Amino acid sequence: MAGFTFNISDIAAMMNAKDQVTKKMVQMVTDNPKVCYINSDGTGKSGPVRELYDRHPNRVLDVGIAEMNLVTMAAGLARKGYIPYGQTFGPFLCVRALDQIHNDLAYNDLPVRLIGTHGGLSSGYGPTHNTIVEFGVMNAIPNMTMIAPSDAAQCVKMLEASLTWPGPIYIRIPRGEEPAVYNSEYDYAIGKAIEVRDGSDVTIIATGTGVYNSLRAALMLQEEGLSVGVIDMHTVKPVDREAIERAARRTGTLVTVEDHNILGGLGSIVADALMEAGVPARLKKIGIPDEFVSFGYPEEIYPHYGFDGPGIARTVRAFCS
Amino acid sequence: MSKICLHDVPALIDKAGEIRKYLCRSARYAGNVHLAGPLSATDVAVALYYKHLGFDPENLEDPGRNMFVLSKGHNGVLLYCIFCDMGLHPWEELYENYNRIGHVFGAHPNRKYVRGVEVSTGSLGHGLSWSIGFAHANRNEGLASRIFCLLGDGEMEEGSNWEAIMYAGSHRLDNIVAIVDNNHCSASFMAGENIKWNSMADCWRAFGWTVFDIDGTDMHEIDRTLSGLPSVDLQSPGKPVCIIANTTKGQGVSYMMDRPYAWHIGGLDDEKLAETEALIDQYTAEQKKRI
Repeated sequence: MAGFTFNISDIAAMMNAKDQVTKKMVQMVTDNPKVCYINSDGTGKSGPVRELYDRHPNRVLDVGIAEMNLVTMAAGLARKGYIPYGQTFGPFLCVRALDQIHNDLAYNDLPVRLIGTHGGLSSGYGPTHNTIVEFGVMNAIPNMTMIAPSDAAQCVKMLEASLTWPGPIYIRIPRGEEPAVYNSEYDYAIGKAIEVRDGSDVTIIATGTGVYNSLRAALMLQEEGLSVGVIDMHTVKPVDREAIERAARRTGTLVTVEDHNILGGLGSIVADALMEAGVPARLKKIGIPDEFVSFGYPEEIYPHYGFDGPGIARTVRAFCS
Repeated sequence: MSKICLHDVPALIDKAGEIRKYLCRSARYAGNVHLAGPLSATDVAVALYYKHLGFDPENLEDPGRNMFVLSKGHNGVLLYCIFCDMGLHPWEELYENYNRIGHVFGAHPNRKYVRGVEVSTGSLGHGLSWSIGFAHANRNEGLASRIFCLLGDGEMEEGSNWEAIMYAGSHRLDNIVAIVDNNHCSASFMAGENIKWNSMADCWRAFGWTVFDIDGTDMHEIDRTLSGLPSVDLQSPGKPVCIIANTTKGQGVSYMMDRPYAWHIGGLDDEKLAETEALIDQYTAEQKKRI
């Protein structure tokens, strides 16, 4: 637990991950002459990104609505020694421009950081704008690193850590206002899971927005006498195998939570790690069923698919009984 | 170490003849290789690598270098022949160990294995966007060096190219020189048989590029075009440049030019190699008479 204690408040502070990312990117571009920031019609007519764009015409770029060009031009900058961050809607990066990610970032092995916004079902714009595949897809691409920060403040820590990480990174952030998970300082390292809450009966391994909802579930279940641990698996690839193995030995019962297709995502990656570790444990996966989801905003869709707090609690309760 | 430079056109023509023969020897000793495409791109590649790039085999990562991006990555064997000829890699790697586990020359070029290759390519329609990244980096550092990007006309069917063409034209990246090896044949179709261009030159021009539509088999015209490129202006940049180098797939080997789609990938036996080398010598001699 590394001295870390977690206390969730009833009404968590809401923070906008995208705003925090923008703020941090402005700082990084300003402080580090090697950092580039490339958007896809996301510069804005005014505001901090536009000001940055006007100030740094060869490091802060906007490709227009052209994600393939964004990814490969970022690779070109990286090949010349820069650290480019490319940002746009997740689906148009990780699905539309996957050939470019596969070949120009991963195969060429260059330190480009892609920031896919509106992760999972958080967009509320329906299946064309949801991103439900990137954990599985990035996991299957050699050299890739896949990160899904659990809250806005962690996005900032992650961006700081990404500056010196070798190789390409795909970063998934949600759409907008999400509750803050952490209310105290903690150490963050890419590839190192955070054991947010200790528990002796069952461990929830969650990523992205799943972490907050898992903590809600853990608190609900605590009142029923179930001791639930929660792990923030912010780095989906390379997954923290030691943390998984430790949890399996500690509780023998694992539940994964992710806003991602149930096939091939964090749950599958944890299952792989468990099997290879040879530690006997039960595993239940919570995520999006293998279907194109209904339209609707996350406030309704998360409960619908059972990965809001009460939904997760329901599944964990049934799995442990 | 000095940069490689063959100053006169006859020397470049001779070099192109040599490289064509190396390509055909690859098709004999290395196994089946992409052949007709590399043959059509040979003249342009030779003009660049042996003169206009200022290529320096001993200073491959010089930040101020002119760069070459092989967008038509299936022509990697053309680069391998050139690099072996320059002494960057031993010939055995090409003739005996092409596309073999643990060796450097793959069916498509990998920058980590092949010294001299700027980027790993193979999937089509990526080179121009790579060039844009390089172009911005150079501009940011106040470097007036250029990025030459070699594409195929079949490759121009890839939509990603047009994202890059629009961008580079809009942002006046005048340090990019795109060269289309317009060999009029893809793996399955002759030009215009499937996808039709009213005018490839007009398409580039419409997006803000300066176009030179040239005879890509005439070394003199290639050399003149590359020597006369508009200068890179860091303060007030002009348009990016596209050279449409009109060629025939299989250029230099008459029986391949007659049935180019049949020689997209090919191998040769000893007898066929001897016949082909004789044809290349004959072709090269004729090219020199054109001057």
